[in-house]
Amino acid sequence: MYDVIIVGGGVTGSAIARELSKYSAKIALIEREVDLCEGTSKANSAIVHAGFDAKPGSLKAKMNVEGNRMMDDLARDLEFPFKRNGSLVVCTKDQDASLLENLKKQGEENGVPDLQILDRDELIKMEPNLADDVVKALYAPTGAIVCPFHLTYALAENAAENGVEFFLDTEVKEIKKDGDTYKVVTDKETYEAKAVVNAAGVYADDLNNMVSNKKIEIIARRGQYMLLDKTAGGHVSHTIFQLPSKMGKGVLVTPTVHGNLLVGPTAEDIDNKEGVNTTGAGLGSLAPTSSLSVKDVPYRQVITSFAGLRAHDTEGDFIIGEAEDAPNFFNAAGIESPGLSSAPAIGVYVAKMVSEKLSLSEKSDFKATRKGILNPADLSIEERNKLIKENPAYGQIICRCESISEGEILDAIHRPLGAKTLDGVKRRTRAGMGRCQAGFCSPRVMEILERELSLSMFDVRKSGDDSKIVFGYNKKIS
Amino acid sequence: MEEKHLTCIGCPMGCQLTVTMENGEVKEVTGNTCKRGDVYARKEVTDPTRIVTSSVKVNGGKIPMVSVKTKNDIPKGMIFEICKALTDVEVNAPVNIGDVVVPNVCGTGVDVIATKSIPAA
Amino acid sequence: MQSYDLVIIGGGPAGLAAAVSARDNGIESILIIERDHELGGILNQCIHNGFGLHTFKEELTGPEYAQRFIDQVKERNIEYKLNTMVMDISDKKVVTAMNRTDGMFEIQAKAVILAMGCRERSRGALNIPGYRPAGIFSAGTAQRLVNIEGYMPGKKVVILGSGDIGLIMARRMTLEGAEVKVVAELMPYSGGLKRNIVQCLDDFGIPLKLSHTVVDIEGKERVEGITIAEVGPDMKPIPGTEEHYECDTLLLSCGLLPENELSKTAGVSLSPITSGPVVNDSLETSVEGIFACGNVLHVHDLVDFVSEEAKNAGINAAKYIKEGKKVAEKEIKINPTGGVRYTVPVSIRPKEMDDSVTVRFRVGQVFKNSYVAMYYGDTQVLKRKKQIMAPGEMEQVIIKKEELNNYPDISEITVKIEAE
Repeated sequence: MYDVIIVGGGVTGSAIARELSKYSAKIALIEREVDLCEGTSKANSAIVHAGFDAKPGSLKAKMNVEGNRMMDDLARDLEFPFKRNGSLVVCTKDQDASLLENLKKQGEENGVPDLQILDRDELIKMEPNLADDVVKALYAPTGAIVCPFHLTYALAENAAENGVEFFLDTEVKEIKKDGDTYKVVTDKETYEAKAVVNAAGVYADDLNNMVSNKKIEIIARRGQYMLLDKTAGGHVSHTIFQLPSKMGKGVLVTPTVHGNLLVGPTAEDIDNKEGVNTTGAGLGSLAPTSSLSVKDVPYRQVITSFAGLRAHDTEGDFIIGEAEDAPNFFNAAGIESPGLSSAPAIGVYVAKMVSEKLSLSEKSDFKATRKGILNPADLSIEERNKLIKENPAYGQIICRCESISEGEILDAIHRPLGAKTLDGVKRRTRAGMGRCQAGFCSPRVMEILERELSLSMFDVRKSGDDSKIVFGYNKKIS
Repeated sequence: MEEKHLTCIGCPMGCQLTVTMENGEVKEVTGNTCKRGDVYARKEVTDPTRIVTSSVKVNGGKIPMVSVKTKNDIPKGMIFEICKALTDVEVNAPVNIGDVVVPNVCGTGVDVIATKSIPAA
Repeated sequence: MQSYDLVIIGGGPAGLAAAVSARDNGIESILIIERDHELGGILNQCIHNGFGLHTFKEELTGPEYAQRFIDQVKERNIEYKLNTMVMDISDKKVVTAMNRTDGMFEIQAKAVILAMGCRERSRGALNIPGYRPAGIFSAGTAQRLVNIEGYMPGKKVVILGSGDIGLIMARRMTLEGAEVKVVAELMPYSGGLKRNIVQCLDDFGIPLKLSHTVVDIEGKERVEGITIAEVGPDMKPIPGTEEHYECDTLLLSCGLLPENELSKTAGVSLSPITSGPVVNDSLETSVEGIFACGNVLHVHDLVDFVSEEAKNAGINAAKYIKEGKKVAEKEIKINPTGGVRYTVPVSIRPKEMDDSVTVRFRVGQVFKNSYVAMYYGDTQVLKRKKQIMAPGEMEQVIIKKEELNNYPDISEITVKIEAE
């Protein structure tokens, strides 16, 4: 019997797990994919919003501003890449500049610090590639960028180190209330818990509706993105948002924390909750839309495109809290944008509710820090040589585009909740994330996975169970 | 009289050749722009041949496979048969370039030889 | 810091031929740095035949062709380091490299030859919409898996792009037991050699669909199907022409890109057309003492031409090491126009040049019954009829020093394609 079972190993579930691991309790997290960070958390804008977008008083506003404020300490303690690059919402000459004032006022009401409205003269010094029609912008110095994979892994690894049990590749099929106990039926085993936290992303409605008559509906809202080579990463240095216009909500252009340039997202409500495919029309819309705010984006340097699904609640706000008619069933549902920014705050908020309800007491031996994957590029030649002497694997480059060594890949595989797949290695180390998109390094990473996890080459996968990479020996595939 | 159509591989032109045959003999080649087309067509319709390249497993080598080829041309119709004959062939390292991997493959009189040297691991 | 007269970055066909020729031209202190575990580069996985007709007058497989040059390097006792990655080249020709045993180290070179080769254009760079499952490989990655590792990456295959590697892999996968359903090519012509179309596709009844591209990839975890469609003259898919193929694999053979990330660290100027360094007749880049050859300079069609070019890079690097930099008295620009996309080199030094310099180029479209023309200033000095020229094949003209020096006042050489 667990005290708490968290369903969903995205950034929200991982943040809740980490906060709950501060208490003396038996906690489990169940994730249907073979790795964490496989849903909405892996395919988004990778930004930490300042917090001026959401309506004052909403959970979105509260969690966003608080999450943003927590991020510096968290990045230091858990060693994930995070950078306060500042954001701009730009207004073009055809748009109503008073909307910027409204946003600024809203932000201030939400508690966003240091918002300023800047004129073109100042803007162009900050961002020379802003579109010629941009006349004004709302500047939020607390806007930031983060690596969403590492944020999620960091939270989860730290939770695991503090005793949370993780069941990956385990899909929840049913949740039944049995007296004071929830029975969580999965495709593997049935687990029992006093409390359940629903952090199931686009499937959070299914989970809630299993136990509560207060039905919710989560719509999958697809966002398509293009990622550009690092050579284009300096095209802008701030995150550039557009004011919503009759053309739609607009797209953002932002550097990523790893130095690439990211453009997106589109916004399409779709019926298929697995529909993470890009479309010709969606990708094709990015260039014309982005040109409204940023000019000359070098689209020839696109290295990949992807789509993610935001878990959009039809009511518009996050749904966080105990279900009215299902005691000890806690929702963290409808976590769409600004969900990544809000995750740390949602973790604290939910953990507080759950721990009070279950009368959990805080542990004295909580370990608040986690070692990130060492990045040898941050070291001096002397330090690097010392490292290679101790562990020669750090001298062997596997991914040439991102200069990722075998040492980093071994670290990614062997750490708690380590990588088991090509995608797992890629998201933890960036091996395969560069301009050749794993053309050169994937056979080598496959060999490393085969060796380190004692797998057959035929069991090395890209991500899920059905994502086999090779089918058989030559001449022997049928 | 019988007509066969083929594409010349002599150059990027890719002339569409028509070969007129009678009783298995070439009567005429048309569609070619140069002499090479004529020569190619006559050979291709009477005695088409290919070099087959593949790779076979190496035991105890620095890499797991060694590349191989038929030392000379083999009849085009035997390509699949020869590949099949290589299915379970394994060699032991070290392998030297030119080593015979399968002698007289499928009775063609042609050896399959290694095209790469693989040192022992 | 260690020092060498010449450091060659890359031990593939270009690096090997450059090393041999530099040694034969009197340079003792040479180091080849190779990132893989053996010399020979990508030739090691090109196990098909057809290499070396120009160089050795016989048809060799890729590994055999590589071995000829590896033998020459070994006979000359030229030093090389394997499993070693170059991390940086400075404009002062300090090369920073790393491997397991030496750690990270710096080498001061008098001259550097860039011979890093090229990479394949990826799915992402092609903006193909759809899911992102397993089963999408560049043709070269599949080639490595099959030929070097012995594993089959697919059973039912669709190939996008009719470059030579894609054609070769169509045959290779077929012979290893896979079913190759179709090869789709965006352009109205194939980028591959006629011989490969006949012997790799026609021999096995694999259809080639010109002016077609992939418009959708299905399958969340592994490829389950591919939709291709015809494209119009604007290269955009034509609605209603979609055809669906059930398959588990998509191979991409959609062009090669010179890999010049290291060249950039040294401050070498790159051509926006070739993506390779801008070089003069000595194959010297914009940075003094740094030379380039092979596919890092521009993508070649035949390895024989890589070897020939690399030999020249070796000769010129040797000359530079022995004689030092001579400021060119005059440099004449070569202007590619009228269907000629680029030339390598981009300029000629009439006083310092070799007795003859080969200028290689590619055309931007298919030309039939046209003429390659060259002008020294306004004077036509060459008009050579070609029955066919295609973007997939490299063309060349030769500039003779003796002849060029008859035109002392010209400021430009023009290379173009003419109809009459």
